[in-house]
Amino acid sequence: MTTARTIAFTLNGASVGADVKPHENLVELLQAQFGLTGARESCGQGMCGCCTVLVNGRAVSGCLYLASFADGAEVTTVEGLASGDALDPVQDAFIETAAFQCGYCTPGFILMAKQLLDEHPDPDDSMIRHYLSGNLCRCASYPQIVEAVRSAARRRLRRPSA
Amino acid sequence: MATTPVPGGQVGRSLPRLEARDKVTGRAEYAHTMRLPGMLYGKIFRSTVPHGRLIGIDTAAARAMPGVHGVYAGEDVRKVIPDPYYGPAFHDQPILALDKVRFVGEPVAVVVASDPHVAEEAVALIAATYEELPAVFDEVAAMSPAVLVHDELKPAGTFADLKHLKGRKNTNVARDFHLRLGDVDKAFAEAAAVFEHEFRTQKVLHVPLEPFAAIADASDNRLTVYSGTQGPSFVRSELARLLGWPENRVRVKVPCLGGGFGAKLYIKLEALAAALSMLARRPVKLALSMEEQFYMITRHPTTCRIKSGVDKNGRVIARKCEVFWNGGAYADIGPRVTQKSGFTAPGPYDIANVAIDSYALYTNLTPAGALRGFGVPQLVFAYESHTDMVARALKIDPVKFRRDNLLRAGRPQATGTVLKDAATDAVLDRLAQCIDWGKPFDRGSGPIRRGRGLALGIKAVISPTTSVAAINVAADGSCTLYCGTVDMGQGSDTAMAQIAGEVLNIAAQDIAVTPRDTDITPYDMGTLGSRSLFHMGHAVRLAALDAKEKLAAMAREVGEPDGSNTPVAELFRKKYGMQAGNVIGAGTYKPDYTPPDSKSGQTPNVTPFWMVAGTAVEVEVDCETGHVRIVKLVNVADCGRAINPRIVETQLSGGSLMQLGFTMFEKMNIEGGQVTNASLADYKIPGMLDVPATIENVTVENRQENGPFGAKGVGEVATFGVSPAIANAIEDAVGVRVTVLPLNPEAVLRALRVKAGSPLDSE
Repeated sequence: MTTARTIAFTLNGASVGADVKPHENLVELLQAQFGLTGARESCGQGMCGCCTVLVNGRAVSGCLYLASFADGAEVTTVEGLASGDALDPVQDAFIETAAFQCGYCTPGFILMAKQLLDEHPDPDDSMIRHYLSGNLCRCASYPQIVEAVRSAARRRLRRPSA
Repeated sequence: MATTPVPGGQVGRSLPRLEARDKVTGRAEYAHTMRLPGMLYGKIFRSTVPHGRLIGIDTAAARAMPGVHGVYAGEDVRKVIPDPYYGPAFHDQPILALDKVRFVGEPVAVVVASDPHVAEEAVALIAATYEELPAVFDEVAAMSPAVLVHDELKPAGTFADLKHLKGRKNTNVARDFHLRLGDVDKAFAEAAAVFEHEFRTQKVLHVPLEPFAAIADASDNRLTVYSGTQGPSFVRSELARLLGWPENRVRVKVPCLGGGFGAKLYIKLEALAAALSMLARRPVKLALSMEEQFYMITRHPTTCRIKSGVDKNGRVIARKCEVFWNGGAYADIGPRVTQKSGFTAPGPYDIANVAIDSYALYTNLTPAGALRGFGVPQLVFAYESHTDMVARALKIDPVKFRRDNLLRAGRPQATGTVLKDAATDAVLDRLAQCIDWGKPFDRGSGPIRRGRGLALGIKAVISPTTSVAAINVAADGSCTLYCGTVDMGQGSDTAMAQIAGEVLNIAAQDIAVTPRDTDITPYDMGTLGSRSLFHMGHAVRLAALDAKEKLAAMAREVGEPDGSNTPVAELFRKKYGMQAGNVIGAGTYKPDYTPPDSKSGQTPNVTPFWMVAGTAVEVEVDCETGHVRIVKLVNVADCGRAINPRIVETQLSGGSLMQLGFTMFEKMNIEGGQVTNASLADYKIPGMLDVPATIENVTVENRQENGPFGAKGVGEVATFGVSPAIANAIEDAVGVRVTVLPLNPEAVLRALRVKAGSPLDSE
C-alpha cells in the first residue's frame, strides 16, 4: 500500500541515505534507521517540542515533519551538538544550572536554545521565555532553563567560535 | 586508584546529576523509544461507552489486514492468564475487558503487527457492540447504589485494612475510613461559632511527557519486561502472581523515565504487554500516544466538606471532614489514598475534637491513583481555603488565626501520633515573612487589583514500607550501588550515591548506580509518596556501613593497624594475592508502625516522618476578565537536612509549578463520560509563560532526627499550599471566594459577577 522512496541527506555532518515511506515522519526515520532517539515523540501534535530537530538550521517538529522532506537537507539532532568529549556550551550550561529533571524534553529545549542564541547572542529573560514557549517541560524546570540559556549566552560570548 | 577520597562530606553538596551528560546529549534511553530485535507493536482498541455489557467484538476485518500478526481480546488473554484481574489494592481490573466495560477508553482488544501504522489502521476496523448501562460519574452520587460499577468488591489481600471489604456487594464504596478524636458533637454544641464549607477539585492527570510504554519478551518459562515503571518490584510480583510463576522467572528492567509523578506505579501496561507477547510468541511493545494517557490514570477529583466549631477566643475546638474521592472505574491505589491521606484532612491544626469520614468511590471514569501528593493537595485546598474563610468571617488576621491554632512539634495529630521534627512554626513564619504579610502594598486600581495569600499543609509518609540496598566494592576499590529506587527525574540516583559516598568517604560521582533490574537490584516497595530518600536512603546508608565494616575486618585480617589509611585496592591485593574478590554490603530498612484502630483511626505511630510545607503568593486579578496573574510565588518547606540543595530547589520549584497548572487551568473536560480534551492542544499544561515573574524556594533549618543524615522526602511538598494560597489571594484582592478548581478566568469572572449582582448565565 505504500511505496518506499530513497532519499539522501546530511545527518549531523555525515552524508546518509534512507528508504522512507510516504507516511513516515522524521522522528521515526531517525529512531528506526539511525538509532538516534534524542528527538522523541510526546504530544504528537507539535505542541511540546520533544521531537525538535534542526533542518537546514531551522527547528522543526520531527513528529510532524515528513521524512521524505529531508531529502537533500542538512539535518542536525541533539546527538550532533557535541564534538568528541566537548559538549556544546548550551549542553554544558544545562548541566551547570540543573535545567532538567527527567530529561525527556531536554534535547528539544537545547536545540531551541541553540537556535535562539545563533539568532540573538545576548537575549534578555523575556526573549528567552517567549522563544522557548513552544517547548514544554512537565517537571517544570523552566526557571533553571532560563538560567541555563543566560549562562550559555555568556559561555558563547566568551568563546565566539562556538 | 579507581576512587577519589574526599576530605569534605558528600551530603549537602549540590552535585550535578550523575546522568546529566546522557540527558543533554540525547543518549538517555527511555522505554518509549526502545526496540528489541523481532519486536511487534500492539495498538489498543478502546471502549467508546462509559458503562456497558460487552455483547460482541468483530475483529475479522482487522485480522484480514495484510501485516497484522494477531488480534486479541479478553478471552484470548485468559488462555495465558486464566484469572486476568490485577491491581495493587483490589484485583478488579481485567487486562482486557471481559464481560463489561466500565469507562470510555478501557482496553477491549489489541492488534499486534510488525508496523505500528498497520496496527493502528487495523484497530480502526474492529467493531464492538455493547448493551449500554446507566453510568455514574460524580463521587457524591456514587455513594448511592443506584448504579453499580462492580458487582462485588475484590480486595487484593495485600493490605490488612482492606480485607474486611472482601465480597461486599451493592456498593461503590471501595474503602471507607473513619477517625474519631474527642467528642465532636459536644464541642460543636459548645462552640461560639460554626462554619461549614464544601470544596471540589477537578479531574486532572500527570501528563508525563514520555507517554506510558512497555515491552514484554516472553519465552516458555521466562518473562522479561522493559518498562518505564516507578515500581519494578511490584510489577514483578504482580506479574508472577498473574502467571502463577515464582518471581525469579519474571524480570523487570527499567530504563530512564520521562516523568512519572505517580502515574507509572503498580501495573499499567506490563500485564497486557506480557499477555500479548505470550500469545504472539514474539516481543511486543505497547507505547501509548499522548491522547491515550487520558484513559490510563488520573488524579482523584474530590468533594470535601469541612465544618469547624470555634470558641470565643478564636480556637478551633471541633472539626468534621467528609471527603469523597472519585476513584474511577478501577481502584488502583485509591483506597490507600482514602486512608493514608484521609487522616490528614483536619490540616496542621491542633484540634481537640475531630471526626473524619473518607470514602473511595468507584465511578465510570478513567481510574484515579497516586499523583504527586497522594491526595493531600486536594485536602489542603479545602482546609486552607476554609481556614482563611473562617478567619475572615471572624475578622481575625488569617496568619494570626493559623498561629493560634497551629499543630506544633510535640503535640498529637488527629490520629494521636505526636508530631516530631516538623517545623510547622518556622514554615508559617517564613511564609509570612517572604510575602511581607501585614505590610502595606499597592492593592492596584481600576480593573487590576492585587492581593496576597498563603497556605500550608502536612503529609505523613506512607507506612510501613521496606527498602533493600546493596553495595559492591570491587577489588580496585570502586563501588557499585544496587537500589530499586527509580530515578524518574527527582535526582535519587545522585542523592543515593551521595549517601553511600558519605559513609564510605568516596566522591559520589565515582559511585556507579546500577540501572533498575529486578534480577539484579534488590526489593523496594516503590518510588512514591516522597518515601525514597528516607527509606532507601537508610537502606543505602546501612549497606554502605556494612561494606565499611567488612572492609575494616579485612584490614585487620591482613594485619593493618587500626585507623590505617591503606587504599582499599591494596587490602584486596594483600588478602587475595592479586586484584580479586569483592566486598558486598547489604542494608534493609523498614520503620516501626502501629496500624490505626479500625473504628477510631487512632494510632501512636502512623508515620516515620511528617512533611511540612506551604506557599505564599501575590496575585493580580483583572476584574473585567477574571484573569489572575501570579506576581510572586514563594515555596517554603521543611526538608530536614538537604542531601543535595540544588536538587531540593528544583523539586520545590517544579512541584509548585505543576500544582500551578492544576490550580489555574488544567481540567479534563468530560461529557457523558467522554473526555473531550484528550490532547495537549486542548488540555493545557504550564509552559514557560505561566511561570510567575518571581519564584522563590526557601527551606527552613531543621533536622529529621530519624532520617538518613537528618534528611526527609521533598518531592511532593511544594504542591501542598499552591491552590489555596492562590484562592486566598484572590479573595484578598477582590473579595470573592472560588471553592471549585480550577481558578480559571471563567470561574473568577463568574464569582465577580455574582458579587456585583449581575451573574453570568450558566454554562
